[in-house]
Amino acid sequence: MFSAQFSLSIPSQSLHTCCQRSALLLVARGLGSSSSVSPLPLHRRFLLFLNQRFYDVEMLLSWRAHMKSRAIEKKNAYYGYTRKHYGPYIASAYYILNMKGGFRFAGQTDWFRANQRGKFSWDFLNHRDAVLEEVDMSYTVINYTGLDNLAGQKSLRTLSLRGCSQVDDWFLARLHMFQDSLEELDISHCPRITTGGLAALRNLKGLRRLDVSSLPRISSPGLVIILLEEMLPQCQITATGYDHSLRQDSEEEKVDFMQGQQ
Amino acid sequence: MTAWRRLHGGVRTTRGLLSSRWATDQHTWLCGHLTLCQSLSTSSLLRNDFYKDLEAQLAAMRKKAADALPGSSWTPLEINPNLPPERADVVIVGGGVMGWSVAYWLKQRERVREGVKVVVVEKDLTYSQASTVLSAGGIRQQFSLPENIHLSLSSAEFMRNINEHLGVLNEDPVDLQFNHSGYLFLASEDVAHIMEENYNTQRYAGAKVSLLSPAQLKEKYPCVNTDGVALASYGLENEGWFDPWTLLNAFRRKAMSMGVIQCCGEVTDFKYTVNKVPTADGDHLDCRRIKSVKQVQMPNSREYQPVECAVVVNAAGAFSAKLTEKLGIGSGPKGSIAEFPLPVEPRKRYVYVVHCPDGPGLDCPFLIDYSGVYLRREGLGGNYITGASPEEAEEPDTSNLEVDHQFFEDKVWPRLAHRVPVFEKLKLTSAWAGFYDYNSLDQNGIIGVHPLISNMYFATGFSGHGLQQSPAVGRAVAELILDGDFKTLNLHGLGFRRILAQEPMLERNIV
Repeated sequence: MFSAQFSLSIPSQSLHTCCQRSALLLVARGLGSSSSVSPLPLHRRFLLFLNQRFYDVEMLLSWRAHMKSRAIEKKNAYYGYTRKHYGPYIASAYYILNMKGGFRFAGQTDWFRANQRGKFSWDFLNHRDAVLEEVDMSYTVINYTGLDNLAGQKSLRTLSLRGCSQVDDWFLARLHMFQDSLEELDISHCPRITTGGLAALRNLKGLRRLDVSSLPRISSPGLVIILLEEMLPQCQITATGYDHSLRQDSEEEKVDFMQGQQ
Repeated sequence: MTAWRRLHGGVRTTRGLLSSRWATDQHTWLCGHLTLCQSLSTSSLLRNDFYKDLEAQLAAMRKKAADALPGSSWTPLEINPNLPPERADVVIVGGGVMGWSVAYWLKQRERVREGVKVVVVEKDLTYSQASTVLSAGGIRQQFSLPENIHLSLSSAEFMRNINEHLGVLNEDPVDLQFNHSGYLFLASEDVAHIMEENYNTQRYAGAKVSLLSPAQLKEKYPCVNTDGVALASYGLENEGWFDPWTLLNAFRRKAMSMGVIQCCGEVTDFKYTVNKVPTADGDHLDCRRIKSVKQVQMPNSREYQPVECAVVVNAAGAFSAKLTEKLGIGSGPKGSIAEFPLPVEPRKRYVYVVHCPDGPGLDCPFLIDYSGVYLRREGLGGNYITGASPEEAEEPDTSNLEVDHQFFEDKVWPRLAHRVPVFEKLKLTSAWAGFYDYNSLDQNGIIGVHPLISNMYFATGFSGHGLQQSPAVGRAVAELILDGDFKTLNLHGLGFRRILAQEPMLERNIV
């Protein structure tokens, strides 16, 4: 009898404290918004709180992350069937269009692209022996395993990976497969690239143009870009979006501010 | 009551019992009464003090009463919170990267939640002398044994997806600070054929390596002096260096979040049983089975806690031979298996940090010359790490970790400056020394069960490439323990058979 009561009281109590805590959280948020101390939005903090309290929420959250990464892996799966039946060039082209990217065959001027909703024309099937020359994968979820589908493109000259969220250092290290042909590479706005990956670009000996603008995880961009120019002397490096004069500006502002006060 | 008191008085030496504490409480309460009487006549300040005291006393009493209710974890016995549990399934001796990797994989591969209770014992939680954090932190695939190449390849794959493996929810993602610069091995004329054979083995195993002629080498790395170089091999992918401390901490954080228990202490002794097993030719073999691990809690305390366990993993690195000595391995009669000690011994290796402003910069590979000197970049500020392995006859004393600067002057610098002439001008900025868990038989890892100790698994003797192979070795050992056999990589070649047969599985090094 006693134990039954006891066991009943535990969930009700925890629920009670939970409600109390969430009410406190709401209050805290109200206080925090005025002083702008809390950086996380309410729903994130609420999830965090639930996650720390309940294993189920933790499991659900990790499950969601797992499903997300699985969806990306699925999109980047190896197009073995297409490659077997239509050859490597069609398989690569099909992969690119499925990822909402674009490409241009060698010797042609018009690009094949998927539209906003991912629809594309199947005309590229008529060019079985045409090789890819330019590939634009900007703002797609191409990752390390997806690069398998582009392997064997011996005359790929331009590759744009602008703003690809899954492109990391390991991806850059794997670009050595295009070392004989690649001339232009755009890796700007990729959130995962660090200095350690840029060192791997030395394998691309034919590189003529490189865009490394706005890479958020590079700690000292000025120095890194000088070292890159030293490493790739024949390559023209574009690096915009780095505020080299950030500290100077803020100091000037401070001086202005102080003068204004005086 | 007195008997009870005597019983626990023995266990508990420092602090008093529940009952004795009660007595002191009452005593102070009485004293409080006395002060009340006095304070009435003196001042109101003291009276306030008394009420404050009373409140504090009441709060303490309430807390004690709540503690004593059934369901709370309070006990009258004082328990050191750092003591390991009395029972565990697996005890891992050595909390370096290898030990934590095994712990992580054991938890990763367990069938049910909390199915395996794992304890990791590390004697120095500051890791001041640990080989893991004192290594140069490189990873390469340019080995000659397929086992080593596969181990390294799958470790590289692990590091590529490190956040899927070692990411903890609501914590920062792991940033290994991996530098993707390949190893560049140089071979002289008399070892060039070995390099070519190794290259074929590596390509066959799936490593991305390319061979360079001296002319190609000169074109690719103009700073390298090609005198005496007949052939060079360069790793294109999955090679480079990373921060060992980050990897160790990531393994530790993830394993502890999965329920692995860390404890600080040193394993001093084992309790084991010996079974006489008859062999085919009429002899008897002494087979040992560990029942429990005794461990000293802290180096400056005499407290210890025996841990009953089913399996012990020996990941003690350079000091793993000491551990097996306690089980009588290496002191057996002549001609028996127990005669061979574990062939792992500490060897001291120096790492020198030099500053060279004219150095190759971002262009610098992980250079390994055939003379044994290596070089890699450290950071972006013109610092480089270099070193060499000493000759067998000139092995330094391993009792401390002091650095021999003369060794740099005599052995490292001349060879380095000969190979990369810009390093004629350099400044030695710092240096440190670390231990290799040197396998004196064949300089390769030992993975598997000892034939005479039925429940001790080994992951030791990696002779300098333990850090880079740790993710894959951890998985292999976890498979051995939980599944009984290797599932992903066949590592039977790295087992104990070769040590008993005294057949070294030598790495065909060009260095």
